Amino acid sequence: MLTFLLRRLLQACFVMIIISVISFAIQDKLGDPVQQMMGMTASSDDRQQLREALGLNDGFVSQYWRFAKGAIQGDLGTSYYFKEPALDVILSKLPATLELAFCAILLVILVATPCGVLAAINPKHILSRLLMFVSSIGLSVPIFIVAILLVYVFSIEHNVAPSFGRGDTTDVFGLWQSGIFNKDGLRHLILPSLSLAIALMPIFVRLIRAEMMEVLQSEYIRFAWSKGLSARRIYFVHALKNTMLPIITVGGIQAGTLVAYTILTETIFQWPGMGYLFMDAVSRVDTPLVAAYLMVVGGIFVVTNTLVDLIYGLVNPTVRLASHGL
Amino acid sequence: MLPNGLLAEAVCGLGFFLSPSSHFFNPSYLHVFFAKIPFHLYGQDYIRSFKHYSVIKRRSIMKVRAFFIYCLSFLIYQGADAATLKMAFDADPVSLDPHEQLSEGTLQFSHLVFDPLLRWTKTGKFEARLAESWERIDDRTMRFHLREGVHFISGNPFSAKDVAYTIQRLKRSPDFRAMFDTISSTTLIDDYTIDVHTTYTNPLLINIMTYVFPMDKVFYQGQDQIVKYGSTFASRHVSGTGPFKLTHRELGSYMVFERNPNYWDTNSPGNVKTLTITPVRADSTRLAALLSGDVDFIFPISPIDIQRTQSIPGLQLVTLANSRILLMHMNQQRRAELQDVRVRKAINLAINQRLIVEKILKGYAMPAGQLSSDRFLGHINDLAPEYNLIKAKQLMAEAGYQDGFRLSMMAPNNRYMSDEKVAQAIAAMLARIKITVDLKTLPKAQYFKAFDDRSADLMMVGWQSDTMDSNNIYEFLVACPDADTGLGAYNASEYCRPSVDEDIRLANREMNPERRSQRLQQIERTLYNDAAVVPLYWQYLTWAAKEKVNIRAIVNDQNYPYLGDLVIEE
Repeated sequence: MLTFLLRRLLQACFVMIIISVISFAIQDKLGDPVQQMMGMTASSDDRQQLREALGLNDGFVSQYWRFAKGAIQGDLGTSYYFKEPALDVILSKLPATLELAFCAILLVILVATPCGVLAAINPKHILSRLLMFVSSIGLSVPIFIVAILLVYVFSIEHNVAPSFGRGDTTDVFGLWQSGIFNKDGLRHLILPSLSLAIALMPIFVRLIRAEMMEVLQSEYIRFAWSKGLSARRIYFVHALKNTMLPIITVGGIQAGTLVAYTILTETIFQWPGMGYLFMDAVSRVDTPLVAAYLMVVGGIFVVTNTLVDLIYGLVNPTVRLASHGL
Repeated sequence: MLPNGLLAEAVCGLGFFLSPSSHFFNPSYLHVFFAKIPFHLYGQDYIRSFKHYSVIKRRSIMKVRAFFIYCLSFLIYQGADAATLKMAFDADPVSLDPHEQLSEGTLQFSHLVFDPLLRWTKTGKFEARLAESWERIDDRTMRFHLREGVHFISGNPFSAKDVAYTIQRLKRSPDFRAMFDTISSTTLIDDYTIDVHTTYTNPLLINIMTYVFPMDKVFYQGQDQIVKYGSTFASRHVSGTGPFKLTHRELGSYMVFERNPNYWDTNSPGNVKTLTITPVRADSTRLAALLSGDVDFIFPISPIDIQRTQSIPGLQLVTLANSRILLMHMNQQRRAELQDVRVRKAINLAINQRLIVEKILKGYAMPAGQLSSDRFLGHINDLAPEYNLIKAKQLMAEAGYQDGFRLSMMAPNNRYMSDEKVAQAIAAMLARIKITVDLKTLPKAQYFKAFDDRSADLMMVGWQSDTMDSNNIYEFLVACPDADTGLGAYNASEYCRPSVDEDIRLANREMNPERRSQRLQQIERTLYNDAAVVPLYWQYLTWAAKEKVNIRAIVNDQNYPYLGDLVIEE
């Protein structure tokens, strides 16, 4: 276990270094931050001065070195637009994204699990077929179309939920600006979390169904039937538990997809989270913020994947971590 | 309706009642509760004393109280709703410092929390604001008589000292310097009279003075450095005389303003008490927010949505012609072919501005045959956009390019309305005179870097004259590029005719409006004869709002809505 964690840590460091180099190398391609910060009529002397002051005239290696030195001390640079440390800006937007992701995952678990199980138990039933049909549509329709459709139906036509923003937030123990604990915040959560959930749901429904069908064929389930266990116990305790293994793995990988989809969802709904922040930073050529975001997201990936491997070991004791992870 | 609503509130209040009592002390919530009490009565101390109180009191009592106040606050809130305006624009100020960046967002913000000395009316006249009147003393001096009895939001009185201070600060700002370099000094005559001196005679001094939004000298002094990166006092704090004061700002997300209770302009019909501005960059999100009723007032509306917006009852659409000229540069340094005036003329003739406006912009632009819009002195009435394919082909043949050639072209894809589609249309039109265009469109952040590097033969750009005068367009777009003086900084045609430069220089000193107009028109005529650039169109500005919001009276062609005077019908 310990060697596994150590190995993982080493691996994580390596991954983070690569991410930092890449995120730093692409900065040049985003555009010129000085142009974004200056009006059209500013003189070229003033532009040069600002460029010099920001250290943009230095070579790539010395700029990277400066960044890396700061990064080791936890300083990922200062955002040009927010004028605050980039890491602080990102962390201040983290609660909004986490709440959105949490609600979406909750919806996925609550809807996808029963749907997948039902579709596996009665694969020939008309409802199961319908479910599979809908899920394949769900897989192939891009999220922004779903989102726009949701906005049209629920906020423009029926005025059930607001079309953008996060609404009121309440302060939870002074640490967290939360939208979950008041009516306005919850109303604002409906559409973004629903469209995020719709993007993620189909793959889980299909996966749970496929795995479940395989498990239902296995010997131990037949034995359980012959032993006379109740159907509910067989399906939801014995079968479902073993179905969960690959789902956890895929779930871990999907955490990455979740990040990608939060960028899209947040942009469409103007959700003030990390994804929207990132898109905004790209359009403003706020390069320190872009680099910091990539580092943070890279970090989240590394951590979730490590956690997934650990959970894997807990759910299935036959997996030996030391030989499983790299 | 009412019983149901009350029931819903009661249920919701119950939820509130069960949640931790700390919610009650969210200051933004208190603000709703005290909506009817003058703002100054519940400053930070009041909130703090409440917090302290909560520590002493027993929790359960607090919860009951929270429940009742919550219900009560909702009733109060319903009443205050009428004078609330929520708007979503595409731009937002990068800083609270009005001199940090010369941009639309900053100037819109300046008109909210500051007042200019004078401002433009919709018809192109000047309206007195903090300056009550002005007069020319001599060719190089103007005297401004200032309004008395005006106070900044900090409580400091406004006087000529603040104006002198603001002009000095503008001269230090990298962004505003280009305009304010012309002012050499100011002289205080008395507390409410100030003389402004220019280095040379300057016919545009009065236009430039619309950018003077007096700042509170006592408030800012000593901590007023203008820095483009990193936080400064001025970028975080603001004290102006304007119709609104900023009460909350979540950078990049929203800003909340309250009506300034002591606003000097008691004749202003404006009745907006609370103003929330949310920058919304995506066109579809912005429109959806208006359609769903989440916001009351938006800018801009994409041309393809205009028709739909107009057809919806309860909404109004306002469009105004704007003086920002969209044009295409033809780089003569990169391509020898473009040095031939016949080729440039042929390109001008092959591009059908009217068709672009009609098909792509759905008629919401004015096709242009010159750079100066009709409210500028350089405008020549008989210069209309020309489209003549036969003549264009003839000219190409005369120049020896009947078989055409290849040109590279770049355009932004998120800067101007439908810019990418317009660029594609131009490429298709040029194909008809056998010019093969390799078009590349880029997001604005990358595009303007490419523009500065002159990375393509054909490049699109839009220009809004800061001084509302033709000469500003000529100086930046067609004067011979000169790194030292900054002239021709956006001349991606690398067009250079010394006589035009000379006319620009003389027009800058000419005080007689008639002679000045002649000189500017002479430049415009030369540019046309030389086919220096391809003028495309002047884009209309489009706003949409709920019908009860009377935006028609307060929008203008510079897109600085005078929200202080906005009336919401009740």
